[in-house]
Amino acid sequence: MTLSVSLRHALPGFLLDAEFDAPLGITVLFGRSGSGKTTIANAVAGLLRPDRGRIVAGDQVLMDSDRGLWVAPNKRRIGYVFQEGRLFPHLTVRQNLAYGRWFAPKGAQIEDMAHVVDLLGIGHLLTRRPGALSGGEKQRVAIGRALLSAPRLIVADEPLAALDEARKAEILPYLERLRDEVEIPILYVSHSAAEVARLATTVVALENGRVIRQGAAAEVLADPAVTPLGARSAGALLMARVVAHHDDGLTELEAGGCPLFLPRIPQAPGHATRIRIAAHDVIVSRARPEGLSALNILPATVRDIRAGDGPGAILSLDTAAGVVLARVTRRSVASLSLAPGTSCHAVIKTVAIAPEDVGAL
Amino acid sequence: MDWLGPEEWQAVALSLRVSFWATLASLPLGIFTAYALARWRFPGHGLVNGLVHLPLILPPVVTGYLLLLTFGTRGPVGSALQEIGIVLAFRWTGAALAAAVMAFPLMVRAIRLSIEAVDPKLEQAAATLGASRLWVFATVTLPMILPGIIAGAILAFAKAMGEFGATITFVSNIPGQTRTVPSAIYAFLQVPGGEDAAMRLVLVSVAVAMTALLLSEVIARKIAARVSGT
Repeated sequence: MTLSVSLRHALPGFLLDAEFDAPLGITVLFGRSGSGKTTIANAVAGLLRPDRGRIVAGDQVLMDSDRGLWVAPNKRRIGYVFQEGRLFPHLTVRQNLAYGRWFAPKGAQIEDMAHVVDLLGIGHLLTRRPGALSGGEKQRVAIGRALLSAPRLIVADEPLAALDEARKAEILPYLERLRDEVEIPILYVSHSAAEVARLATTVVALENGRVIRQGAAAEVLADPAVTPLGARSAGALLMARVVAHHDDGLTELEAGGCPLFLPRIPQAPGHATRIRIAAHDVIVSRARPEGLSALNILPATVRDIRAGDGPGAILSLDTAAGVVLARVTRRSVASLSLAPGTSCHAVIKTVAIAPEDVGAL
Repeated sequence: MDWLGPEEWQAVALSLRVSFWATLASLPLGIFTAYALARWRFPGHGLVNGLVHLPLILPPVVTGYLLLLTFGTRGPVGSALQEIGIVLAFRWTGAALAAAVMAFPLMVRAIRLSIEAVDPKLEQAAATLGASRLWVFATVTLPMILPGIIAGAILAFAKAMGEFGATITFVSNIPGQTRTVPSAIYAFLQVPGGEDAAMRLVLVSVAVAMTALLLSEVIARKIAARVSGT
């Protein structure tokens, strides 16, 4: 099932004009606040009626302004995970989870409650009320509640934004399992590069109400032109495999034949994982550097150079492990005479591969 | 209840009956009106709001007289109701109507406040889970405003117990039919030697009012704890 969205909606001082497709997996609407992400999510769920547009989920048309068609939110079967959870305070966790099942059409495929409870690790919370839950627990219940309403699509609007880092780390694995185990497309709104890197199957990058790029996550993130949050937070995605855990606390990974070392990660050897390498953690050297403390040095070829407005530039580098982005100064580009096709070395600081950027594939 | 004479007992029983039915019968309309005023924007919003509050600011005698003009046997609504066998004027049902009208603004205000305190985002969430507007109201809004409904109902009941001016104007002061506690107190005070009976009814009034208030506090606190989700 695929979600196709095409929207035009004018808000005071802002025009949303977006068109994209969301296939199975997690499609992240990625952009800074005010880029129109939540407006799109609300339009898909039917909480907002856009001026013009057409939204189709699989074989069902949810809205089509040309035909004057608009399906009410309660008839759309879209499980919405809100930023603030929005659990019903007067119901227990179990009643919250069961709420949507009540209204699901007869014969609809409903996930098994026990399976979802297990998937999200909320079995010990069932008899409690939302007021007695932590922020992370609330969000897991909210995800479960959406999942159990027999949705044809899940919309999640920054479900982790209100949580601290520890709580985020607690929920991310569940979202990954959701992506990998549930046959429902997920439209996920985020302005966090780390979440995008870890969760996204497809990325739709938004800027000022327009889609600037959409495609497979690794592809979009490797494009130096796509930095919806600014060059500072650009970063590429590498697919890697855990090779071994070493005694000195490092984990050895392998990506496209290149060894990569990073501080111990929990995944067992043989496990596939995705790692995000932030552009500002990559140094470029023309010659292979000697006597350098950095462990990860990849031979590379400059693929593209994109100069920004300031003194910086973003390089995209082809390596055997995949495309890596590097943020350097324009002065360095000139002094190293870097141009597309130049051979060089990408030096990646080991510590820069932060654990929250490492996720199961 | 030996210390209450039959006449006094009759007044107490009648007052309780009138107030009970006045509250119960006006509650659905009260909830609907409160919801409409809190959540809907429609032409005439201000007018409806004003009409609901009118009995609160009009002299009760005026309200009673207007009720008599409208619901009296020769009034437009009263005569129509008479056709189908319902007579309100000078009956206990009329006393209940007068009490309900007078208590209505208090009931609506209390319920409206509690509806405005419900986050519409929760109702949106319920809609995305497949609940129609009616189901959203029944499963989310209604349980969450229950403390407000109880507070409004008790307030209305207490107001109905004490209603005097509109009642006596609309349905007079007929023993056993429309002589509620306040009317009875008034009547006893008009005859020599009636002070003792009046005093006993005053005590009953105070006791009923206090009980109602305490009861509402306890229930509202219990429900509020439930609704707040802890």
